[in-house]
Amino acid sequence: MIDFPILSLMTFLPLIGAFFIMLIRGAPDVVARNARFAALYASLFTFALSVYMLMNFNGDTADFQFVEKKAWLPALNIGYHMGVDGISVYFVALSAFLTPICIIASWHSIEHRVKEYMVAFLVLETFMIGTFCALDAILFYVFFEGVLIPMFLIIGIWGGPRRVYASFKFFLYTLLGSVLMLVALLVLYFMNGTTDIPALMETPVAFEVQKWLWLAFFASFAVKMPMWPVHTWLPDAHVEAPTAGSVILAGVLLKMGGYGFLRFSLPMFPEASAYFADFVFWLSVIAIIYTSLVALVQEDMKKLIAYSSVAHMGFVTLGIFTGTTQGVDGAIFQMISHGVISGALFLCVGVVYDRLHTREMGRYGGIVRNMPKYATLFMVFMLGSVGLPGTSGFVGEFLALLGAFRVDTVVAAFATTGVIFGAAYMLVLYRRVVFGPQVNPDAAAMPDVNKREFGILLPLAALVLVLGVFPGTVMKNIEPSVEKLLGQYDAGQKSAAAQPTTEMSALQESADE
Amino acid sequence: MNSLTLHGILPVLPEIFLALCGMGLLIAGVLRGNSATRPLSWAVMWCFVIAAVFLLGQQWERVELFNGMFVLDQFSGFMKLLILVGLTASIALSVRYLYQENIARFEFPLLILFAGIGMMIMVSANNLLALYMGLELQSLSLYVLATFHRDQAKSAEAGMKYFVLGALASGMLLFGCSLIYGFTGSLDYTEIEAGLSAVSSVNMGVVAGIVFILAGLAFKVSAVPFHMWTPDVYEGSPTAVTALFAMVPKVAAMAVIMRLLFGPFGDAVGEWQQVVWFMAAASMIVGAFAAIVQTNIKRLLAYSSIGNMGYALIGVAAGTQAGAGAVILYMTLYMIMTAGVFGIVLTMRRNGMAAEKIEDLGGLSRTNPMMAYGLALLMFSMSGIPPLAGFFGKFMIFQAAVASHMYVLAVLGVLSSVVAAFYYLRIIKVMFFDEALDPFDKQVAFAKRAVIAVSVVFVVIFVLSPDVLIENSRNAAAALF
Repeated sequence: MIDFPILSLMTFLPLIGAFFIMLIRGAPDVVARNARFAALYASLFTFALSVYMLMNFNGDTADFQFVEKKAWLPALNIGYHMGVDGISVYFVALSAFLTPICIIASWHSIEHRVKEYMVAFLVLETFMIGTFCALDAILFYVFFEGVLIPMFLIIGIWGGPRRVYASFKFFLYTLLGSVLMLVALLVLYFMNGTTDIPALMETPVAFEVQKWLWLAFFASFAVKMPMWPVHTWLPDAHVEAPTAGSVILAGVLLKMGGYGFLRFSLPMFPEASAYFADFVFWLSVIAIIYTSLVALVQEDMKKLIAYSSVAHMGFVTLGIFTGTTQGVDGAIFQMISHGVISGALFLCVGVVYDRLHTREMGRYGGIVRNMPKYATLFMVFMLGSVGLPGTSGFVGEFLALLGAFRVDTVVAAFATTGVIFGAAYMLVLYRRVVFGPQVNPDAAAMPDVNKREFGILLPLAALVLVLGVFPGTVMKNIEPSVEKLLGQYDAGQKSAAAQPTTEMSALQESADE
Repeated sequence: MNSLTLHGILPVLPEIFLALCGMGLLIAGVLRGNSATRPLSWAVMWCFVIAAVFLLGQQWERVELFNGMFVLDQFSGFMKLLILVGLTASIALSVRYLYQENIARFEFPLLILFAGIGMMIMVSANNLLALYMGLELQSLSLYVLATFHRDQAKSAEAGMKYFVLGALASGMLLFGCSLIYGFTGSLDYTEIEAGLSAVSSVNMGVVAGIVFILAGLAFKVSAVPFHMWTPDVYEGSPTAVTALFAMVPKVAAMAVIMRLLFGPFGDAVGEWQQVVWFMAAASMIVGAFAAIVQTNIKRLLAYSSIGNMGYALIGVAAGTQAGAGAVILYMTLYMIMTAGVFGIVLTMRRNGMAAEKIEDLGGLSRTNPMMAYGLALLMFSMSGIPPLAGFFGKFMIFQAAVASHMYVLAVLGVLSSVVAAFYYLRIIKVMFFDEALDPFDKQVAFAKRAVIAVSVVFVVIFVLSPDVLIENSRNAAAALF
């Protein structure tokens, strides 16, 4: 075990880095240079800590580990409670892993207001890691919502031509979902007198109340995820965000929705989750098929990957609400894998965008000849996204579909078509950009990836393959926590006719008003 | 009747001290003329500081004076401290502004001083007559302040509007008081409370009285449907006066609402709850939607304050001690944030002229990054985004609403906060995403910088230890019940 507060250190180290970057003064180019390096060191150190955390993580237990508990709002019985289990530990690591990559990826593509950019990214990292570590619902909410501030600025200041529209849409959509969750959290708090997540998981809620609370949480997580039909902010945000912003958005922020379902909806409202499962299945299936078809006709590379993200997240929601071991395992694995793959795909788009300043597929073509290294790396990620066996994308999708098959064969059958569509649009993307005749002389003249770009894409490619070939290394740490989660979920089903206390029935009446 | 001793008068010492200072400084002002505006402003600020020290020196155990006319307890102590802080901040914001606008007359700080005494008496009143005296003292001072730029038609118009509608509100309040007196036979809060708790059902006359009093006070906090004056008065008054209006009188009036509704009318909660419920919901919705179309930042802040009063009224509508504590916390945070926002609005000057349009902030993040980041943080805080201070105010309010089973009001509240977020974000958008305009004039008074800095730093670091203020506001609320 680790005898220092590693989670707090990981959470707030980037914030300390951001604070020092704010203090940097001097000539603009010196400030920019120092800010870049300071941000890189802060995030690399955080990443090193996350590796250390993973090495010390005990995969045999479902208990929360590295737990920290301190008084924060003792008057309200709200505490500073941090800890990770198998479900959250890889998301923490993913956030810590992607941030330095993003900072390196922005090394030259961000030219103005570098200091502010780096501050925003480090603050974002703090909120992301905090979200996955928080074991108090209010603390979770603080981190979860706090993400909006830096992300809004990243899209709005360093984004593309329609950045204002995209940043507002992103902010308001997400806020609308989240505030409903806040009310639900307050109801939970009022009923139980605590916001401690482990304690809330132990407390059963009457079914009628569960339905309302489940819907409120769903509003927040479905927008964040994003699920069809509330996904429309995502393509806009992705297209307008700078490359690194898209990477974080796809890599980590979308996972907060899935994580929320696993941390709140399933264990706290098991009956409602089962009750609404069909509803979620069909939304997921629509998301998988519809957004795949939309992705198929995109001209803009980033938009295509954005729609593919919605489709891939459809597999995640499908897996989660099957309530089966395979489904939930698959969903978690799919989220980790998608975090790596989609982040990498956005970086790949960023590489060519930096050279030609367009994301239109037709402006490229045949670049395999002048950019062989790029084409190889891109292929790994493309195949990972398709879900080819041997890549990480396969494991998650396969398990999620297996889980779905056990519950509902029709849903599973429809969802499986999404795999085919996925292959179709990714191959179209790859063919039009990388293969074919070299019709555009400027695209044909692009130099291959430089050392910096190679350096950030290579670890991602390695991860895609390692996770695809040895999924067990990750799975064995996830499994005990998933078993515990499903234990809570099943226990909730069995005590369906639970004895509602008088207080709860009073609450029902007013909730029905 | 107990005789007053020098020791027994201690609880009212801050008010007496301020009144004596006011008279002394008035004489000094008359003798020295308008050249004394700056020293007088500083003197008044020091008076407030000393009065605050006197106030903090008290026990704040419940003690009644002057035959139960005046009361000092945890609640009035806390609220008066808040008022003194707000008044000090608003004078600090005004000094340089008065000279810039050529309206530096020595009456300005003194009027604020007298308004302050009025507000403190309002908060400490334990009798409807004492309340009315305090209310009128503050209102008359504020009417004059609104017209302070007397050569400007807009300012005169604002003052006139404020006066006519304010007089109407005072009339309604007085009428309500007379109804209460007629049906309960007393003006004393304690006796009214005893009378109301003795009867099983509340007389309709009393209900009418409560509603009239509430209408008068709703005007003072600018709650819908008594909010019409707010945008015009905010826009027309000199900005330093707008800052004062937005911060302090609302705290005092909200304190009176709480004192009356939870104290003497506490047993009639079933009668007034729906009225407050409606005012809260309507204020939030009107505040959120009407602000969207504003182009003048002062008008926008007027609607923002209407919306904020709506949130505070949710806590009142909850009718519980938790609700009262939430309102006190919310008003505290609101006042501190508003001080910072108006500090920044007051620094918006180009070529010696005040800039009041939202577009005037264009590209501020390039020309004056510190100010832009400060305002951005305040705006995020006002829209209730964690981890900034504003979130905790809303959190406590909604928590109180949920605990009183007011789910509809809570949901309306969070939804209108999303709408409100839109116009707060618009200000951030103008500062950060738009093209840069000419920079604002550089010289910003030290006092103004200090107010802005305190406000912004407070908003950011509040999350580290929110317990201190929450604990204090809960103690203050406990004194009401």
